[in-house]
Amino acid sequence: MNHDESSSSRLPRRTVLKWFAAIAAATQLPNLGSTVEAAAAASPAKGYGMDPDLSKFYQPGDFWPLTLTPVQRETVIALADLILPADHLGPAASAVRVPEFIDEWVSAPYPQQQKDREALLPGLQWLEEEAQKRFSKKFSALSEQQKSAIADDICWPADAKPEFKKAAAFFQKFRSLAASAYYGTEAGWKAIGYIGNVPLVKFDGPPPEVLAKLGVEQTVK
Amino acid sequence: MPIIAASQAKEEYDVAIVGSGAGGGQMAYTLTLAGLKCVMLEAGRAYDPATQTAMFHRPEQTPLLNTPTPDKQMGFTDATVDGGWEIPDEPYTQASDKPEEQFHWWRPRMLGGRTNHWGRMSLRNGPYDFKPRSRDGLGFDWPIRYDDVEPYYTKVEMLIGVYGTNEGLENTPNSPDGVLLPAPKARASELYLQKSVKPLGIPVISIHRAVLTRPLDADTIPAKLHPGNAWAQKIVADSMRARGACFWATDCHRGCSLRANYQSTTVHLPPALATGNLDIIPNAHAREVTLGQDGKANGVLYIDKTSGKEERVKAKAVVLAASSGETVRILLNSKSAAFPQGIGNAHGLVGKYIMDSVGGSVGGQIPALENLPPYNEDGAGGPHMYIPWYHYKDQAAGKMNFSRGYHVEFNGTRAMPGGRNPLSDDLARGAYGTKFKEEARRYYGSFVGYTVRGEMIANEHSFAEIDPQVKDKWGIPVLRWHWRWSDQEINMVEHGIQTFSAMIEAMGGKVRMRKGSTAKTVIDAGGKVIHEVGGALMGEDPKKSVCNGWNQVWDVKNLFLCDGAPFPSNADKNPTLTIMALAWRAGDYIVDQAKKGNL
Repeated sequence: MNHDESSSSRLPRRTVLKWFAAIAAATQLPNLGSTVEAAAAASPAKGYGMDPDLSKFYQPGDFWPLTLTPVQRETVIALADLILPADHLGPAASAVRVPEFIDEWVSAPYPQQQKDREALLPGLQWLEEEAQKRFSKKFSALSEQQKSAIADDICWPADAKPEFKKAAAFFQKFRSLAASAYYGTEAGWKAIGYIGNVPLVKFDGPPPEVLAKLGVEQTVK
Repeated sequence: MPIIAASQAKEEYDVAIVGSGAGGGQMAYTLTLAGLKCVMLEAGRAYDPATQTAMFHRPEQTPLLNTPTPDKQMGFTDATVDGGWEIPDEPYTQASDKPEEQFHWWRPRMLGGRTNHWGRMSLRNGPYDFKPRSRDGLGFDWPIRYDDVEPYYTKVEMLIGVYGTNEGLENTPNSPDGVLLPAPKARASELYLQKSVKPLGIPVISIHRAVLTRPLDADTIPAKLHPGNAWAQKIVADSMRARGACFWATDCHRGCSLRANYQSTTVHLPPALATGNLDIIPNAHAREVTLGQDGKANGVLYIDKTSGKEERVKAKAVVLAASSGETVRILLNSKSAAFPQGIGNAHGLVGKYIMDSVGGSVGGQIPALENLPPYNEDGAGGPHMYIPWYHYKDQAAGKMNFSRGYHVEFNGTRAMPGGRNPLSDDLARGAYGTKFKEEARRYYGSFVGYTVRGEMIANEHSFAEIDPQVKDKWGIPVLRWHWRWSDQEINMVEHGIQTFSAMIEAMGGKVRMRKGSTAKTVIDAGGKVIHEVGGALMGEDPKKSVCNGWNQVWDVKNLFLCDGAPFPSNADKNPTLTIMALAWRAGDYIVDQAKKGNL
């Protein structure tokens, strides 16, 4: 893997343009730079309502506009892929749209998600500032080693130094949300070992190798 | 299908049924197949599970990864629409600010009501459960016995299809041979639990759930259900043949477009509609039961939510099956010169003695279940096994500090992941990268959860009344709730915590509970189990009860209560099957009375 360039190369320019278009359409504001959040606050999005169409399949952005700035998105992609990289268990987080789900989450109009937004956005900002401070680069442009150097300081609150406690709380929340999204995908299911959600003609119960490993026998005949 | 608008209602019906869930659905089924003309009022919209169910959605295909929100309070794919703990325009109030004295009222506003999303647990009450006061001096006895209800349990099981086994355990009745469908094979965690707790004397057996593990026998069952009525037999056979068997995927709470599990909308209402004897008016929010000069019920006043106007249906008899809380509300709001305190409430007992099931859960992590070879254990979309209550003799001998039973339901292990973090922070610690993914895979399937489903004893402090000030959007006075658990329920949950901890340790696992947890923090808040019953109890004495053993209101002979409201006690067995059995029984009684001209 090309560590140095991978994150930014996963962000094709046309995707960025699509976000801009989406945000512009959603907020109906010509000037995007710093006003997106203000716009979101001024005209709060509605939820999906108590009677949504349950037969349809949805994707982030279907019910409310996604609001992360391109810079925030880059940071989210870089951090999500650091936590859930491509490896022998499956693809990276960004390959299965984890950043989009995180954007959907922090952009949602519901109280819990708004609260999470208040915790997550400053954390992304902190990551950017820390990357600049340590390496004079944006977080998404850091090498894996450099990213890990920051992550190692914040990955476990109990061990974090006092100046990193707040960032460590952010890291936990972010990891939890990224994992919630990753393991809700087909690739995530494969990575964790879930092989259900398919119709079967009959249910045989656990196979012999599972029974043997546990030292049990099927008791329902 | 005769789902009609308010304006299309006929001049008069034989019976008006308020509510379309387990009680209303069964009543409509029983009455229409016996030839009575019925109208059903449903406060929510029409709903067809065949086309409106999120069957195979992965979390990534739903908004917010299927996480509960104020709009879909049990998650996006949950079958419930237009409902939840809180519904805009339809408030209820609490008498106390203390959380432990509040009741949480789940109301689906949709055809089929709560039956669309329930767990399908279908356990019979046992003989003790109808005479609890006679056994321990607490609460109330029923005016009927197990033997009175047994034939109807059997009929309901044959109609809806229930899997399980007959184990012959105390107060855990067998069904007649051939009635139950084959039990599904046990899952790995269930077998491991069963083996591990055997030395503790804890029985782990097949649960009974309303899911078709094979197609119903449409050639023979209808004749047993409707002897001598070839027309009814044909309609029921056709409906049975239209139901698919379980395909061993998807959580039953999503509803089932195969009609493989019981929902009123897939099992009761299709044959009732096929008779041509049923009109269903959706969006009909019942306000009160109206009375004629003769003191008998003659119809129902309701708000047509589509127009906001008050409407009325006329009928020769009325059945309320709107849920305990809503039935209580309708009775109390049905004020007249004859009943200034509401129908059936001269003694002030309407709304009193509301019960929920006792709930409380303990989780654990079992190293033996780590890194198991992946296998598909979706199964029947819910539990396959459970632990029935087994301490009857200890209680009779005065060895326990609570008087009624609980059964244990299981969750966890290899259920569909996503929408929540599969690897909790205390286990993941500082892991990220491939290490995190490996740990997530290692631990997946090793978490177990055990839940108390127990009997609450009716008490003076748990009831509903009309709020003197607050009205809903349509001007109908709303309910105000009072709630309190007694030491009986707290001690039961404490026993559950101890027992579940011992079970988890017997499996070589670690208990996972918040620090400082006690029975008072572990017990679910009132209403959270959504097993609300009581409020209009049946009894032998008109002075001490609201209705008789036929669910018939003492003061108004052609008014029947066919949800959980008449329950004098709330056995641990989950109320739905008993609601259906009693509704069928009351339905037969209504048909009989109608023939005799007594309604």
